[in-house]
Order: sequence, then structure tokens, then C-alpha cells
Amino acid sequence: MDRNQSHRSRRRLLKVLHFAGLFMIMAIICIPGLWIVLNSFRPTVEIMAKPPVWSPSFTLEHYQAMFAGAGEGGVPVFSYFRNSLIVSIVSTFIAILIGMSGGYAFARYRFKGKPGYFVGLMLFRAVPGVALSLPLFIVFARVGIIDTHFGLILAYVAMNVPFTIWLTDGFFRQIPKELHEAAEIDGCTRWQAFWKVEFPVARSGVASAAIFAFLTSWNEFALASQLTRSVRSKTMPVGLLDFTAEFTINWGGMCALAVLMILPALILTFIVQKHLIAGLTFGGVKG
Amino acid sequence: MTEVTLNNVVKRYGHHQAVHGINLDIQHGEFVVLVGPSGCGKSTTLRMIAGLEEISDGNVAIGGRVVNDLPPRERNISMVFQNYALYPHMNVRENLGFSLKIAKRPQAEIDEAVREAATILGLDELMDRKPAALSGGQRQRVAMGRAIVRHPDVFLFDEPLSNLDAKLRTQMRVEIKKLHQKVGNTIVYVTHDQVEAMTLADRIVLMRDGHIIQVGTPLELFNTPVDTFVATFIGSPPMNIVDGVVTQNNTIRLSDGQEIPVPSSARGGIFTGQKVQFGFRADNLSPVGHGVSEDGEGAEIELTVNLSEPLGTETILFADLADTEVQGKMLNPRPVAPGERMTFRLTLDKAHVFDAETTNAIRSN
Repeated sequence: MDRNQSHRSRRRLLKVLHFAGLFMIMAIICIPGLWIVLNSFRPTVEIMAKPPVWSPSFTLEHYQAMFAGAGEGGVPVFSYFRNSLIVSIVSTFIAILIGMSGGYAFARYRFKGKPGYFVGLMLFRAVPGVALSLPLFIVFARVGIIDTHFGLILAYVAMNVPFTIWLTDGFFRQIPKELHEAAEIDGCTRWQAFWKVEFPVARSGVASAAIFAFLTSWNEFALASQLTRSVRSKTMPVGLLDFTAEFTINWGGMCALAVLMILPALILTFIVQKHLIAGLTFGGVKG
Repeated sequence: MTEVTLNNVVKRYGHHQAVHGINLDIQHGEFVVLVGPSGCGKSTTLRMIAGLEEISDGNVAIGGRVVNDLPPRERNISMVFQNYALYPHMNVRENLGFSLKIAKRPQAEIDEAVREAATILGLDELMDRKPAALSGGQRQRVAMGRAIVRHPDVFLFDEPLSNLDAKLRTQMRVEIKKLHQKVGNTIVYVTHDQVEAMTLADRIVLMRDGHIIQVGTPLELFNTPVDTFVATFIGSPPMNIVDGVVTQNNTIRLSDGQEIPVPSSARGGIFTGQKVQFGFRADNLSPVGHGVSEDGEGAEIELTVNLSEPLGTETILFADLADTEVQGKMLNPRPVAPGERMTFRLTLDKAHVFDAETTNAIRSN
């Protein structure tokens, strides 16, 4: 009996510790985000107050200022948003098209030097984006595509393709090759077999690859800050810099813009999360 | 008329040759089973007929038309795969109708063909389910349904029953045979299971290492195997093979000095001193009074039973003959204790003699 008792209390203690640990980790992940959202609704004095003000007041002044004219602390939010949207969506679409073809080729075909190509692609990913920013800047400046959507899209496609290949390769590998063979015997061309059978089956995998590519482009700052100059192509992460002046940082405004930036990503992730989870656990569940 | 002809068909993978010049004529409506141990080239041969593997050399013709360079969709064949290869994102109805939809047939015709196939295979209740919600046997039936919907010239089966449990396998075997009797198409069927081959085939093609070893009806392969490989592969339990030497007085001396008369069927093809292998099936080695018949050529030998496996109507007895384990069959069985010494009758009419070096069967004519 005693033994039972001690095991039970031990289990209870472990459970408490388990939850405490989880809470700590979630707090570390969530508090910065929460801080941004809360501060976007607080007056600047309160944000900067020392000691902190624990009972926050509510204001929309940062949002109003942000959407106001250029003279009143406003920033061209809509241009930034549009730029971000165009660059992210187009680059994701292209990266998925190229990446999916590549992933399919790696999964299905045998060709010379396949492992070498694959490792090479992964090595590309290992190069930090910032290290590329200077050479990219010089080349782009020569070609004359600095401060254009095209330039940024090009850079993001190059950045996302290796990862997309790697991810979709994994998904296509999971699909038995008999599926496309059966489709070909049923009268499909190779092309039809892919679009009518293999693509629908791998759809969740492709969707999760697309989300990753989109979020990478949406949040990217280092390259965008070098390759964009003006309202013509500046994306939202770069737009955040508008709130920094020589000696001051407008934390409230920055937080407000950051909230606008987080929202679409959050909504998108929420919509496709079913696919995302299905995609990431594809291998574990037998179809 | 949709006969399938393989003319000197070769498959090479780089330097490795998987199929060595196969010649085979399959008649219209014939059920041909390619059987052999794994790696013998039977699946590769089937996939070459299907157009899923390139043909390195030789010709494959379906209905008199050489199809070497035609893609699978232009060969008018259907194939059932070992893992069924059902389309996981489509329900049973869509799976069945897929080939007709690709062919852009009118919807009414598709519905009709799907309904017909579903009735033949008893799938009516399952039409709206996805493959994931089907049992192994049901998936197998859908795969077969998908094959018959398009009324192909030739059905190809690639080990279709290997993923099923033993009971279901027996059941589906019967269904496949019924299906063949109903639709009457040419069927090429690959398996590594000799029981499937025996029960299903009009003609068996036994392969090893990319070569055809013997082609014939199940009973031909069973009764007149060309070598010890066929003899031990076909039939269950496998044929007993004992080493021996031919003596002057038309007997075979086994390694323990025991002599067994040479079956008359082999007498014309042997010479004194020839090293041979003596083969006989368990059915032809029975304790005296417990065999099928006591007529015809025979020899009596004393054996000590090591082990007995009662199966109800018969008991399999294991004994050592000249240091080789042999199996005998006891009809109308009575309990047998291990170590019991019994007199067995060996029926020589149905025994075989093989050359020890070439392993080929020795027959008088």
C-alpha cells in the first residue's frame, strides 16, 4: 500500500513539474509576441515607463498615426503590405513549381551524381543569407534590379528552392511508384499520372512546403533591407525600420506595424494547419 | 485474338542480366503463371509485357502487334499490383472508373461499366469508401475491379495475393479463377507460391535466374519434372531426393549400401557407375497397407520414423533414408510413435532418376 502511495505521489509531482516546464517554454515562446500586441495598444509613455506600469491603458493612437499622412508619423503601410504580398506569393509559387519538379525528379528518377546534387543543394541552404547580401547587392546593382519586386522575388526563389526540393522529395518518396504505374496502365501519360494521382496524394506535403516558403519570404529582413530602397519594393519587415530615427525608436508604432505583419501569417497558418500537420506526419501514418 | 508472344526477350541492368532471352507463346484466353524463387526474373518479365520496364533485346507482341516501344496505355492491358496501388484520394467508384474517365468515355457508359464490375466482384456496398477504409481482401477486389472495367486484352497479375493472410489468399485464389472463367481473357500471373501456380494455371512457366526451366500444365510439371529444381519446387511436401550410384544389376546403391531397383521409366537412359539422384514424392512412400495402391512396380524398405505430423486424413512421416531426411505419407493413419520401425512401400512407377551432375531427369525415351 505504502509503495502504491509513494508511486502515486511521485507521478503527481512529475506531472506538476512537467506542466511547469511546458509553461516556462511556452512563456518564452509567447511573451515577445504578446509584448508586441500589448504595446501596440499602449501610449508611448507607458511603454517606456520605469518602473513598468502594470495596469495598462488602451489606445489606438499608434494605429491612427501609422495610417496617417507622412508628416504625422505615418508610414506607407499599404504599399509595404502590397509589396510583401506580391513578393511572397509570387516567389512561393515559383519556388514550389521549381522545387516540386526537383523533388519529384530526385524521388523518382535515377541519374548520375544524384547524391552529389542533393548535398550541394543542401549546402546552399547552409550559407547564411546575410553573407550573400553583399555579392547579391553588387550583382543586382549592375543588372539594375535593385529596388524591384523582380529582384527580391529572384533572391527568395533561390533561397526557398533547396528547402522545397528537400521537403517534397521526402513526400514523393513516400508514394509507392506503383501508383503512377497503375495510372499509366489505366491510360494516363506520365504527365497526367503526376497531376491526377501523385500530386493530389502529395498535396498536403506540397502545401506545407508552400507555407514554409511563404513564411520565409514574408518574414525575411536581412536581404530585403539591402535590396530594397523605396516604397516601390520595400517589404513590411524593412518598413519597421521607418520607426527608428537617429536617436529614438518609436516602439508603439513599430509594434503596431508588426501586428499587421503577424496577422496574415497567423491567419494563413491557421487555415492550412490541418494540411501542415497531415503533411509533416505523412510518413508516420499508413494510407 | 489476343495471344502474347515473347521472342528472345532480354533484360539488362547495366552489366547485370536479369532475363536471358525468354521465348514464350501465350494463347488467347490462356491462364499462364510465371513462378519461381525471388529474383528469378518473373516480375521483370511481366513488367516488360506491361511496358513498365524497357525491353533490352528481343520482341514482345500482344495480339500479333509488336509493342516494344509502346507506352503501357497503348497496350490495352490491365495490371493488378502486389500492394494494390489503389488511388488513395479517390473512393471505390472513382478508382474503378478512372481508366474510362481518362479515356473520356461518356458518363453513362462509365457508370454502367463500373456497376457491372462492382456486381461481378461484390463491391456494391463499398462504392463510396476510400481505400484506407477497406480491408485487405476488399482492396484486392477493388484492384481486380479496376482491371476488368476497361475490358483489356490481357490481364497481368503481379503477386496479387502475397499481402493477404492464408485464409483470404485461398478465398481470393478461387475468385481469380472464377473471374477468369467468367471473362475468359488472357491472363499472365506472377507468383512465388507453387500452390497458387498449380491451382490457377492452365500452363506454368517455371523460371530460375532469368531462364525458363520448364513450361507445361501443372500435372506435366508435377509428374515429369525436367530436373531436380522443378521436382523440388513443385508439389508439397517437396520431392525427396536421395544420392546414389547405378549398379550392374539395374539398381541404385544408396550411400548406406541399400539398393533400390531402377524404375523402368529410367532404365534406358542410365549406365553402370553413373552418379544419380533418386527422387520420389511423399505420396509414393507409405507404410505397407497405408498407401494409395499396392499395384505396379514397387520396393519395400525398412525405415525408422523420427517424427510424425498428423493432418487428419493423412499423416506425414519423417524418416532418414541413407542419411537424408525423407517424408512419407500414411493414409488411414494410426498413431505413430517416434522411433517406431516400419516397412514402407516405395512406388517406383512414379519415382524419378536425375543425373547427379546435370540434375536433369533421366528418362528412357
